[in-house]
Amino acid sequence: MPGSPLVSRRLWISVLIVPPLAFVALFVVYPIISAFAYAFFHWNGLARGEFVGFANFYKVLFTQPYADWTVNAFLHNVWVFFALMVLQNGLGFLLAYCLWRELPGAAFHRISVFLPVVLSTIIVGFLWKLFLHPLFGVVNISFRGLGLGGLAQPWLGQESTALWSLIIANAWHMVGFPTLVFLAGMQRIPGEILDAVRMETESEWTKITKIVWPLVAPSATVVFTLLFVGSFNWFEIPYVMVGLEGSPHGATDVLGLYFYRTAFGNMSGSGQDFGAGSALAVLIFVFIALVAGVITFKLRAREIQI
Amino acid sequence: MKKLVSSTIIALGALAMALPAMAQELTFWSWRQEDKAQYEKFIDVFEAKNPGITVKFETFEATNYNTILSTALAGGSGPDLMFTRTYGGMETVASGGYLLALDKTNVPALSTFTAPALASETMRSNKTTYAVPFASQTMLVIYNKDIFDKNGLSEPQSWDDFIKASEKLKAAGIMPFANGTATAWQNEVVVGGLVSSIMGRSFYDDLMAGKADFTDKRYVGALTKLKEITKYFPDGFIGLDYASAQQLFSSGMAGMFVGGSYELANFKKQNPNMKMGIFAAPGLKAEDEKLVALYFDGGYAANAKTKNKEAAVKFLNFLASQEFGQMFANDLNNISAVPGVTFKEPLLGEVADLNKHSIPYLMLVHFRYGEPSGSVLLQSEIQKLLGGKATPEEVGKNLTTGLAAWYAPFKK
Repeated sequence: MPGSPLVSRRLWISVLIVPPLAFVALFVVYPIISAFAYAFFHWNGLARGEFVGFANFYKVLFTQPYADWTVNAFLHNVWVFFALMVLQNGLGFLLAYCLWRELPGAAFHRISVFLPVVLSTIIVGFLWKLFLHPLFGVVNISFRGLGLGGLAQPWLGQESTALWSLIIANAWHMVGFPTLVFLAGMQRIPGEILDAVRMETESEWTKITKIVWPLVAPSATVVFTLLFVGSFNWFEIPYVMVGLEGSPHGATDVLGLYFYRTAFGNMSGSGQDFGAGSALAVLIFVFIALVAGVITFKLRAREIQI
Repeated sequence: MKKLVSSTIIALGALAMALPAMAQELTFWSWRQEDKAQYEKFIDVFEAKNPGITVKFETFEATNYNTILSTALAGGSGPDLMFTRTYGGMETVASGGYLLALDKTNVPALSTFTAPALASETMRSNKTTYAVPFASQTMLVIYNKDIFDKNGLSEPQSWDDFIKASEKLKAAGIMPFANGTATAWQNEVVVGGLVSSIMGRSFYDDLMAGKADFTDKRYVGALTKLKEITKYFPDGFIGLDYASAQQLFSSGMAGMFVGGSYELANFKKQNPNMKMGIFAAPGLKAEDEKLVALYFDGGYAANAKTKNKEAAVKFLNFLASQEFGQMFANDLNNISAVPGVTFKEPLLGEVADLNKHSIPYLMLVHFRYGEPSGSVLLQSEIQKLLGGKATPEEVGKNLTTGLAAWYAPFKK
């Protein structure tokens, strides 16, 4: 029945839907599924060898030295997540609150807090690498200038400070993002509620804990989930600042660097192992998807609809 | 009738073999984009002598070269001729059967190459050579001649001399060494460049013979001395990256740089006025043999499935010739692996002289055939040592137990 309005409508819809669907299938679904498949094969360089079942997973999780490397990198990611939760999201919430309360200079600070977010991560990494340079870095020069030469450190070269240096660089870069999301959440709180609170109490603390925090729960869900995903996919800042090996001696190694090194090799040391690399990628993906799902589910449950 | 069919087949077969011989265009893949002009010049020389063969030089980004090459070879679309890495990197490609085996019959000049040069392109399992090695690199100490002269210093003959020279520079307010170890692979470089003479040739021989491992007191002793001399590295050197270290030396702020012979061309470019010298870091006593650490960093190979085998082999013979080696040394300022080449640039000539007393750059040459590689282990263990997180004894033990995962002689 050509010409029937129903048929042409269906045709029209499929013409609109099929191209994007094909695009997503080809460039999103297919790569993800093939990465899953890669993890079950033995690889000779880039040539696929025989099917090996879960051998690659067993290798990265239970055989040495991979097992130690995996645990070491994973624990660093966990550490980074909690540190950034405090430094980035915690500080972001406080900054948002200050901006929302329109403290003096709020307009200026609103922009300056967000400004680093628009810089490329690579630029931020190089910038902080220069700040932390042991001889000419602004951090050490400032300490020496203040007569605190004892505090000048080879920040990126020692185990005790290297990972923290990366975390602080990341927090500096990204703190504007949670700030902006929280601020938007705060601005959505209706004026009547705030007026009602004002009649009950003058305490800022009560206001924050009893009113603001519960009411920005949707923002918190977004920010927490993204931070979780970001922390476990962390790559650019460590790559630029300490290199693929997670220098010094693995003190800054995280799953992203470890995966890259394992899969693609490293000109200055290790060979490439696509199978083990794919297995790591699958493990990281499954872990992030599961936990991010749980976080979202749990946090959604505590959101209040205004 | 049968005869007609078979003679037709033979004729067609002969034609099929003759056809590619008539149009002999060879593709030649490389990771040296910066050397394209020079290679095209070398190719012109070859083409002038071999009419009917043309060689097309194609370059790829160095860090992705291995991936691009192995993908192309695995997919059956590789080049006729190609650059190959050495040691473990070469074996990855050769073990797939992608490379043409070379020997005295097809490339006679190979028999004149030194044994270590050939070893870099020979697969251990079948003792077959797959590429013509092109250059060696040497780990040594580069020094700023003006700074040495100004402070009345000469090339140190013993470890005490070495320490005294460093002390003198430090007292004069000059950084003795420019090196930093925040970039992981630089840790391997300082071991090769500073303490090869102290670990000594006998240790190397015993290690290869399976009579010693890294807990040997000669190796541990060498690491102890390494730790000692890093006192003269810049303040906070464990946080100093490779690029900054190079700049400290090329800007004339430091007296010495421990590094590879590949740094010389780069320093020259950064600071054309700087006068440089080189030496092999001394052993404990003046009479100990002074050793540099040597490795080969690439070779030329032919595709086993090339349709123009004869032409490709002809080109490989050209690349193994004295004539080519000389052009390579002159135009690319590298230590050609071809024996008997002379060097216009005096410093390169000195490197070639130092190479006469060398041991292999250990981890790269012998311990990159399995995971964890010796390089990965050494780099991280030296960072522990220099950061005060491990003793030389612990480093030796960790290297040995780490390598025991795949290196048979260490398996107990």
